Amino acid sequence: MKATRFDYKGNPDIAWCPGCGNYPLLQLLKQSLEELDIDPRMLVLSSGIGQAAKMPQYVNSHFFNGLHGRGLSVAVAIKMSNPGLTVIAEGGDGDMYGEGGNHFLHNIRRNPDITHLVHNNMVYGLTQGQASPTSRRGFKTPIQTEGVINEPFNPLSVALALGAPFVARTFVGNAELTKKVIKEAILFNGYALVDIFDPCVSFNKTNDFAWFKQNTYVLDEKHDPTDRMQAMARAFEEGPFPLGILYKQADHKPTIHEKLPAYEDNKAPLWKRIRSQQVLSSLMK
Amino acid sequence: MTDTSYSVVLSGEAGQGLKTIETLFMVLLQKSGYHAFLSKEFMSRVRGGNNTTEIRISSGPVGAFVERIDLLVVFSGDGLSRLMDRIDAHTVIIGEKEDIEAIPTGAILKPIPIASKMKELGNAIFANNLINGLLCGLFKCDESIAHEAIRKQFESKGAEVVDKNLAAFQMGEDLSKTLELGIAIKKEAHTKKQFALNGSVSIGIGAIAGGCDFIASYPMSPSTAVLAYLATKARQCGIVVEQAEDEIAAINMCLGAWYTGARGMVTTSGGGFALMTEGVSLAGIIESPAVIHLAQRPGPGTGLPTRTEQGDLNLALYAGHGDFPRIIYAPGTFDDGIRLTHRAFEMADAFQVPVFVLTDQYFLDSEGFTDKIDFSTLPIHRKVVKTDAGYLRYSLTESGVSPRGVPGYGDGFVCVDSDEHTEEGRITEDFSVRKAMVEKRMRKLSAYEDIEPEILGPTDYKTLVIGWGSTYGAIKEALELLGRKDVAFAYFRQVFPLPKSTKAILAKAKRLVLVENNVTGQFGDLIGKELHIGIENRILQYNGTPFSVESLARKLEGALK
Repeated sequence: MKATRFDYKGNPDIAWCPGCGNYPLLQLLKQSLEELDIDPRMLVLSSGIGQAAKMPQYVNSHFFNGLHGRGLSVAVAIKMSNPGLTVIAEGGDGDMYGEGGNHFLHNIRRNPDITHLVHNNMVYGLTQGQASPTSRRGFKTPIQTEGVINEPFNPLSVALALGAPFVARTFVGNAELTKKVIKEAILFNGYALVDIFDPCVSFNKTNDFAWFKQNTYVLDEKHDPTDRMQAMARAFEEGPFPLGILYKQADHKPTIHEKLPAYEDNKAPLWKRIRSQQVLSSLMK
Repeated sequence: MTDTSYSVVLSGEAGQGLKTIETLFMVLLQKSGYHAFLSKEFMSRVRGGNNTTEIRISSGPVGAFVERIDLLVVFSGDGLSRLMDRIDAHTVIIGEKEDIEAIPTGAILKPIPIASKMKELGNAIFANNLINGLLCGLFKCDESIAHEAIRKQFESKGAEVVDKNLAAFQMGEDLSKTLELGIAIKKEAHTKKQFALNGSVSIGIGAIAGGCDFIASYPMSPSTAVLAYLATKARQCGIVVEQAEDEIAAINMCLGAWYTGARGMVTTSGGGFALMTEGVSLAGIIESPAVIHLAQRPGPGTGLPTRTEQGDLNLALYAGHGDFPRIIYAPGTFDDGIRLTHRAFEMADAFQVPVFVLTDQYFLDSEGFTDKIDFSTLPIHRKVVKTDAGYLRYSLTESGVSPRGVPGYGDGFVCVDSDEHTEEGRITEDFSVRKAMVEKRMRKLSAYEDIEPEILGPTDYKTLVIGWGSTYGAIKEALELLGRKDVAFAYFRQVFPLPKSTKAILAKAKRLVLVENNVTGQFGDLIGKELHIGIENRILQYNGTPFSVESLARKLEGALK
């Protein structure tokens, strides 16, 4: 692997299982950032809790590793407070779609200019093998002993329905596609969701590497990613699941910080601003 | 000492326009040179029911609710029965004849023909300005101020609407001359130079003075007015105002903002704050500043959504799993509301801890006048440092406070982690690092300077009355009424940590009396736990209403026998 400025030199004790899809994903993320020539000093990774959410620990950049489900809320606030930063929210399917489900819904509506990477392995890893929101029906776990009975959460169709301007899915087994999609998502000016099929080698023996390989296909040029209704139809396909950019809005959708009055005349990060005595005394006029 | 103030109570249904009368009347009183204090109670509904607003008019500063009603203006007969224990033979009741005679009250009845007057103008909507004219006449306010305000308010609706409102105002003034109530309260020029506000605005001004540039919150009574105030200032003051999808998002967003160096706050009430407690704990371990405005209302559960209580001190004290330091302020005056909120931001930034501003419905919805503040006396000290390569967010320092860098400023990386972490901010399970980090966090307030309690009354007191936050005005006035030379009042603006002088101040007294607007005496219990001083004499009120000056004076008199 080529060295990047994002390689963490601190020799960490990596908490992932041998063979975990997170290892190649970590490399792909760092390469994507390097190839985009992002300044590590201007990059913030925000994550919650789970094995996917540990990703920032192994990257040479700023990070906010907060609470379960809240990585997205923190990421959006960071972007709203300092729009000059490149912000990536990263976590797993349980973290982002389960515990953080309400934030997922409402942050799409805000349209922050951030990249949202969700490792989707259809299982809870860190808590050792319970169903996740994306687990397939019939999937047996120590809790769902006779198999999952709930409808699996479909993040792509939900995001599209909420007006997300960039919706993609990739599979970590397809390195080239994954890198391409992540790079496009980071470059995209607006909220960009990338759902990443990323098999769990310890707790999901059903949806393993081979299963994802067999049950996915890459969208070709016949798919028009600027057509939301076409993207919606693709989002409901699950035998096999389409991979690639399902939707990328052609015209610019204003992002939340572009719409905030605080940034209308002043583009500086909030903390650099000084409020005048005149403004203050006008409060008691 | 006797209370020489005059109390006017407006009573009507929700949606009848009490608010528009209050607003103009308070402006009139201030600009005419009166001291005044307004408090209100209302039902949790948008229309109907019975709401009342009390306005005390006085020649000197007043800052508390009284139960006595000198003048009652009714807009509907329905609410009278609720007010019977506040009405006596001296109370004057003004209103439509059938309303004021709805039930026997024994009061002095002064019927006024509101409906027939409105018929002359063609619409009942002008009745509010008839009452305004009446009050203006009774208190000999400067009518030109009212005329100007009415013109301003209605000019967008056309000349006819302006003229009819002015005509209604004149009708009210004419009616006031027929009433002969003989109200004579001295005016004082000083109030004309003051600023009219309510408790919520005082918190909002304090926040802006404290550098607040980010607020994320979810609406909940009685905390929402602070969010609304900051929203009106978003453009002018450069504040990011975001209505969050829930309180959990709100506090996490607040911490995200502080992480970039912004000064964030949340405003909420007990039930909403309960959802935020994970974020308070997160602030504890990532050593983030946070400012939390916690507006109390009676719980548990939904409780009494529009009423008042000091019931969430324990919640603020103990919210969040794990041990970490925090600071809690509780304003009792509008001036305190501004200064303590400003200070909350300063201390949060300086010591990297969550700081609470603990208010309640009574404080927030009360209105009055306060001296304008010279904001150059409330400076801001941003503690953000430029980082070098190799920067350690959690460097172990003697003070426990590590220099706080922000992303994008310097060559270092700012890594914060909700897991126990190394000095660099990365996950660790090393027990010696854990121990060092716990000890570092717990010594962060070692250099913090307390706001000591203010002692009102004699310094050589034998009895000390203890109160905090919004009971300030009622306790102060009740003790003035009693006029005891051996009784003082210790007013706590900072309720946690307990200020250093607390033990000595309490030890000086032979007898301690605790006054709290809750059922258990939460602050008294805190004193017992921290200082091993038991306070048995407790005056507690927990029916959802604030202490009135008179009832508190009676209870204190009993306690002081």
